[in-house]
Order: sequence, then C-alpha cells, then structure tokens
Amino acid sequence: MSGTAISAENLVKWFGEGEARTVAVRDASFAAEYGQILYIVGPSGSGKTTLLSMVSGILKPNSGSVIVEGEDIWGMSEDRIARIRLNKIGFVFQDYHLFPRLTTAENVAVPLILKKMNWNQALNVALEYLDIVGLKERAQLPPYKLSGGEQQRVAIARAIAGQPDILIFDEPTASLDGDTGRKIIEFVKAKILDEKRCIIIVTHDSRIYEYADTIMKMEDGKIIGFEKNHAHEK
Amino acid sequence: MPGILKIALKLLINDRSKFTALLVGITFAVFLMVMMTSMFSGILTRSSSSVYNIGAKIWVMDPAVNNATSSIPMPDYVLSAARSIKGVRYAVPLYFGTAQVKLKDGTYQATTVVGLDDATLYGRPELLEGNINDIYADNAFIVVKDAEYSKLGKPGVGNEFEINDHRGVVVGLAKVASSGLFGIPTIYTTYSRAITYIPSTRFTTSYILIEPKRENDIPAIQQEIGKLGYQALTRDQFVGKISDFYTFKTGMGMNILLMTTISFVVGLSISGQTFYTFILENLEKFGALKAIGARSNELIAMILFQASFTSLIGYGLGVGAASTFMILARLRMPDYAAQITFVILGFALLMVLVIASVSSYIGVRKVLQIQPFDIFRG
Repeated sequence: MSGTAISAENLVKWFGEGEARTVAVRDASFAAEYGQILYIVGPSGSGKTTLLSMVSGILKPNSGSVIVEGEDIWGMSEDRIARIRLNKIGFVFQDYHLFPRLTTAENVAVPLILKKMNWNQALNVALEYLDIVGLKERAQLPPYKLSGGEQQRVAIARAIAGQPDILIFDEPTASLDGDTGRKIIEFVKAKILDEKRCIIIVTHDSRIYEYADTIMKMEDGKIIGFEKNHAHEK
Repeated sequence: MPGILKIALKLLINDRSKFTALLVGITFAVFLMVMMTSMFSGILTRSSSSVYNIGAKIWVMDPAVNNATSSIPMPDYVLSAARSIKGVRYAVPLYFGTAQVKLKDGTYQATTVVGLDDATLYGRPELLEGNINDIYADNAFIVVKDAEYSKLGKPGVGNEFEINDHRGVVVGLAKVASSGLFGIPTIYTTYSRAITYIPSTRFTTSYILIEPKRENDIPAIQQEIGKLGYQALTRDQFVGKISDFYTFKTGMGMNILLMTTISFVVGLSISGQTFYTFILENLEKFGALKAIGARSNELIAMILFQASFTSLIGYGLGVGAASTFMILARLRMPDYAAQITFVILGFALLMVLVIASVSSYIGVRKVLQIQPFDIFRG
C-alpha cells in the first residue's frame, strides 16, 4: 500500500472565548504517508498534542477537516469516530495508560475485546503480539511489575493488536532513558512499520530525530516547516 | 459474559481493597436494614399473635381497642345482638386478660389468660398433650408450650399452680402459631372459669368472635355491629389496626424507620464514596479506553455492571449475615422476635439497587466528562 494515510486541511483550534481565547493550532495542513514515520516536533505549548488529538479523532477542530483513508472523520457521529479510532488508529500514550488490574496479555487484548472478539481468542491473539514485542513470557504479569521500557512495548503491542493502519505515539521516549528510548524507536521502525502502516510520533526528544522520515516542525500553533530525512529515502 | 464486562469485572475484583470496602459498606447497610425491618416485622406479628392463634373470622370489640391485649369489656347484650344478626352462623364470647400465677416455689408469674366459650371452645389451641375435654374438669387449664413456657416452671399434665387464690391444674399442653409480644406465658381455660377466677370488671366479654355464614355477609355484619356502637373487624383488619397502633402511635415505627434510613445512608455513603474513589482512580484508564475506541454506552455498561455486581454480592452477604445472626440469636433467645419476609427481602433489594444507581450515576457522570484529549495532555 502507498499513498496518503491521513491528511489534515486548514485545521484551527482555539480554547476559551473572548479575551481568554487562546489559539492552539492555526491553519495546519499536512499529510502522512503509508510506510513512513512522521514526527511532529516543537517546544512545549507549540500545539503538537492538540494537532495530534484533532487528526486522531479525539478533539474536534473549530474549522478544517481530517481525512482518514478517504473519509472526513469530523463529519461523522461520535460513535462512528470512536469506531474509526478503534479500527484504524492505534494509540501509544505517553504514560502508557495500561490497566494495572489486568494482566499484560489482557491489556493487549483490550482493543480486540472492544472489537467484540471472543475473550479466549483475543488473549491468544494478544500473546502473538506480545511475542512480536518480545514479552510473551511476561504475559501473565500485571504491567506494574514490568520495567518502563517493557511497559512501553506492551503499550505498542496493544496499539498494533487491533491491526490499525495508523499508529500514533505521544512522547514515546519522555518516560524512558536515552538508550531505552532509542531502542524502542529502533524496534518500532524495524518491527512495526511496514508499507501498509503510517506512524505519527509527537516528540521533542531530539535524540530520536534520526529515525524520522519526515519531521514536521511546529511553533506557536503553526506548522513552520517540514524536513525530509534523506538518509531514509531509497 | 461479553468481554467488555469481563474487563469491568477484573478491574473491580482485582482491586481487592476497594472491592472489599465496597462489599463491607453494602453488606453492612443490608444487614442493618434487614435486621431493623425484620425485628419490626417480628414485633408486629407477635403483637397480633392472639388474633392469629384464635383464628376467628370476625372480631367484635369496643372501637377504642387498639391492640389485642388492651380489650375493653362489652356488656352481654352485644353478644345477644350479634347472634341475632342475619348472616351470623354463630357468635361466642372470648375472655382475654392477664393474671398473676403463683408457682410451686412461691414466686409469681404474669400470665395471659384466654377464656374460651364453654359450649364450643371456639379458638382452642392444638393440643400436644392431654385431652381437650379435660378443660371442663375442676380448675382445669391448658398451658401453651411456647418460648415462655419455662417461666411457669415447665409444668406437665397434672401439675398445679395458684391463680388469684384458686387452685389451677394443668390438663393439657398446647402449641400455637405465634408467641406473644410481651414475653409472658399463655394459659387457656373456659370463659366461665376465667371470669370466676380472675378479678373482673362489671362487663366480662373481651371480644365476641363471629363466624359468618358466607364471606359476603361480612360487610352487613360489620354494619349491624356498628349500629350498636361497637366495631366488627375481620382478622386482617384487626391485625392491620394493631400494626397501625404499634407503627404510628408508639414511636416504634418512627424509630425503626429512622434506623433503617440511617443504615441506608451509611451504606450509601460508604459504597458511594468508595465507588467514586474507584472511578476517580481509574478515570484516566476509562479515558484511555475512550481514546482507543470504546463508545460511551460501553463505558456506561461497564460502570453499571460493576455497581450492580458489587451491590448484589453485598445484598447476598447482608441477607446471609442477618439470617445467621437471627439463627444464632434464637439459639440463645428462643422468643427472639425477628422474621425475614419476602417484602423485607424485596425492600432491601430495592434499597441496594438505589445505592447501586446513585453510585453508578456518580461514576457515569465522571467517566462521560473525561475527554480522551485529557489523556494526551497528561
């Protein structure tokens, strides 16, 4: 598969009204391609997370559109957007947000269970994905017994278990030391990224910029430029 | 079980401290509610025990009578008039009073004395020992073998006692459906002996018991008795009148209502607060579920399931604890007046469902308010 996985057109988002109005994202347009890793970078408060939330169907923009695989998601009902997120988008949150009362395997099975897969079948599929991230032997442990890097990999396994086309990482290395952070991104690039999948990573960790195909820079809510990593071009 | 509910169940029961606190709160509330209402129910049943035990269809009394033990004697003409009413198959007098019985060891024991119509012995108890015809023998009394029986020194057939300086002889032991409320023994004799042996007022008929020819005759009989200035009540009406007296005119009903309300509020507070804390601690996780793609109705189903599951388990434990307590109490106090009825079980279930609903409502509101965007913002 090739082409555009997700695109944003003239997205605008502000918070508050009147004098208290703060514009978080101004007229943002971009496209993310299959088989590529797009980084959204910029200082704190530059609007990265707000932009990411709008393109992933979590935060409604004040204006503009988001096209996911040919469909304008913000023209849909809330439940339909939820289904788009479930079926087409995988999330890896900054703090992982794993369920401490479920086992690692059950955590990975959550999106499958939301897709109405049978419990035992979902657990079997979850084991396959835990195997991919190298944590099959930890399947029955609760997440809090895993290291930060392992929890990150469980979160990745959960994100990919539903076989989404678009993966969204929010500050994936923020809670990890430099070495572990790099290993995680190397792993994502080597094992998770393929030509049928697009990965968008929000980060301000310049140590992992080298793994991006495209780096989109933001400042004060505006996209101020794109930078291609020519080292990755075939 | 749908997978989403299984996740909800695991989130709930694997958080053992919260789950235990929730169960303790609800169990405690149910236990108290069931105990309070069961005691009240038991007291009301005991207060009407004579009405149940004698079993007459219609009771004639002075309108001022508000419970079975406080009868107001009626003149004899009321009995004659009752017998002449159309639709009355028969009408008999009943003596109902108390007397001090002097036991063999010289002590006195207050006792309820029931004097049955000499001709028919209408309302007689079921005998365990002895022959009912022996009640016509000199000084004959039948002793009810209930929880209070031992207070008379556990007399057997042939034993003697004194009642108002008269000799009394036990000619039979009987059983009744329900013991009295005030913890005193009951003895039966004939109406004529009762009014002879026990100091009485000018009028001696405590109640007139009527057997109607047909059920349809009851309203007309009640009307005719009303014209005499007296009141004729069916068994259920009399029981209802006694219940109303204890519920509304003694303060007992209000006290029980207050205790039950306090139990409910305590249970609601403990479980509501704990469930709220549980939801708060898992709020980000619910937000993450929302971000992943869970729909609002799925999250609502999870919370409702968690609240209902906890409530029903707590309900079962609470009812079980109350039943166990009553069984243990009866081992020590055979006349312990508490009974669990289906109405009480239904009431407690309703209250538990209210607790579950309120707890769920708080949780659902919080979870619906959380935005997945907040998860991204951290």
